[in-house]
Amino acid sequence: MTTMTPPVPPRRREHISMDQWYAFLVIIPAILAIGVFVYGFIGWSVVVSLTDRNNLNLSQPAPFVGLENYYDVFRTARFQTNMRNLVVFTGLFLGSSLFMGLTLALMVDARIKAESFFRSVYIFPMALSFIVTGVVWQWMFAPGNWQNGDPTGLNLLFNKLGLPFLMRSWTADNAVVPSWSIEGLKTKIGIPSAMIPVVIAAVWQMSGYVMAMYLAGLRGIPDELREAARVDGATEWQLFRFITLPMLQPITLSAVIVLGHISLKIFDLVAVMTGGAPGNNTEIPGLYMYEITFKANKFSQGAAVATVMLIIVALLVVPYLRYSRAQEVER
Amino acid sequence: MIAIRRINPWRVLLYVVMSLVAIFYLLPVFLLLITSFKSFEEVSLSRMWDMPQGIYFESFERAWSGAELEGGPRGMGGSFINSMRLTIPATILSCLVGSLNGYVLSKWKFTGADTLFTVILFGMFIPYQSVLVPLVLVLREMGLYGTISGLVMIHVIYGIPITTLIFRNYYAGVPTELVEAGKIDGANFWRIYRYILLPLSLPGFVVVAIWQFTSIWNEFLFGLIITNKPEASPVTVALQNLAGSQFTQWNVQMAGALIVAMPTLLVYIFLGKYFLRGLLAGSVKG
Repeated sequence: MTTMTPPVPPRRREHISMDQWYAFLVIIPAILAIGVFVYGFIGWSVVVSLTDRNNLNLSQPAPFVGLENYYDVFRTARFQTNMRNLVVFTGLFLGSSLFMGLTLALMVDARIKAESFFRSVYIFPMALSFIVTGVVWQWMFAPGNWQNGDPTGLNLLFNKLGLPFLMRSWTADNAVVPSWSIEGLKTKIGIPSAMIPVVIAAVWQMSGYVMAMYLAGLRGIPDELREAARVDGATEWQLFRFITLPMLQPITLSAVIVLGHISLKIFDLVAVMTGGAPGNNTEIPGLYMYEITFKANKFSQGAAVATVMLIIVALLVVPYLRYSRAQEVER
Repeated sequence: MIAIRRINPWRVLLYVVMSLVAIFYLLPVFLLLITSFKSFEEVSLSRMWDMPQGIYFESFERAWSGAELEGGPRGMGGSFINSMRLTIPATILSCLVGSLNGYVLSKWKFTGADTLFTVILFGMFIPYQSVLVPLVLVLREMGLYGTISGLVMIHVIYGIPITTLIFRNYYAGVPTELVEAGKIDGANFWRIYRYILLPLSLPGFVVVAIWQFTSIWNEFLFGLIITNKPEASPVTVALQNLAGSQFTQWNVQMAGALIVAMPTLLVYIFLGKYFLRGLLAGSVKG
């Protein structure tokens, strides 16, 4: 159809502008919807967080209280514990998923037999709801009365396989390791043991995704590059360290953004698996916000927690969006 | 000539490690299957890993229909239907909206179109907690609170960023010369979409449809907040209620989990290639 490019005829101006008008008309509903439901509602939530509101009856005025709600929330031991848990969860989840994803991708990429079988097995949990994952892993990690010879779930399996030393209290363990106290903090610093099972379930669900991303990246590295380095006498480790790994850097960045934002707003998995227990050892801000807003009707404090969550996610995502936008302009 | 293949110990180790990881991935599914097909008499936590004596569907029946009359849990059947009535229209609408937005933002770029795209894209990263309270208030005003239509609308709106992203990237791969040729032939905005872009869009539609179907089916937070009564709740919320109830035997919970997992797993099994493309489209931008 376009083998011969004809000389571009002078276009009629109003024809073009009519099309531009259509284009604008088509995009307007999306602009309005996002403008209202994303930015408008965020603004509204921020306003609620700066007032004192304990009901959803808008005809009742709510006095402006400034940052008091934020102050109140941050001062509670519960929210401090939430933030500690969020840092622990995100750190462990991100680190493990990236490591697992890269390792699996390298293995699947090593010209193996039954490649598609392994790949499919590693990715399928992505198709599941966090609710399904939560229900199943909750039973896997149900410890039973294992100290008294009545284990259930994984503990039972470990016991049967002759690996009783692997038995743990899992989600029922309320220890925090190493449990440091810091002056002025009402929570203990350390890794809550009950968080480990939640991290394992999350890694189970998401690491296949990371693998798929890395695999796409690996397939995009031209073979000539590695061949050339091989001819120059590079060892396999050097190939990996100085060619493969640097070439995968953009993938790592995307993975950190995608998993990072999922992790920072995680809610469903924790709600189903532990509900925040034991104590508040696995509770994270996403769950806390839900509890105080919709169960305790503390709308203003809930909005403050939500705003804190938004700021944390924005700190991660906005620089990335600006960066990829700049890259696109460059191209 | 007989070639004797030397066994490379590293290759053996590779397969051992990969198989162990595969077992880790399949173990929960194994437990899910053996538990939900057991009969009620066989269900005991101390015999959790034993194979079922036969194939029984009692757990599924209980999960689906519930046992409210005996003071047991509510069945998930109604919620399964709700989820279908929610997911299918929302997916179709999302595809249409995303396709049109992607068309404009890739082929009819106006000044500031790229900035606008970035601004829209931010919407897919926000924690929905930061819009929940206004959302409830506005839906209540609109008379959509607690309804399936309300949920459909929400999923279409908050799906705009990802669906626009996928279609915009997809259409960026369609040569602009085709659009230019259409213009020269006198086709307007709509005709170019209808006769040039749309016929090439099938893979894009499949990817977006699978993405939206999977994420809406699996979604929990909106379902939990927007549906205030069990008769209207989607299937993820119903499963959480089932699992949270002390009166629910755990085999029934497992059967419930399998019921929720089935539709998206079937999509994955039969359309895995497109599922993967959606996943990667959602992660690798631009």
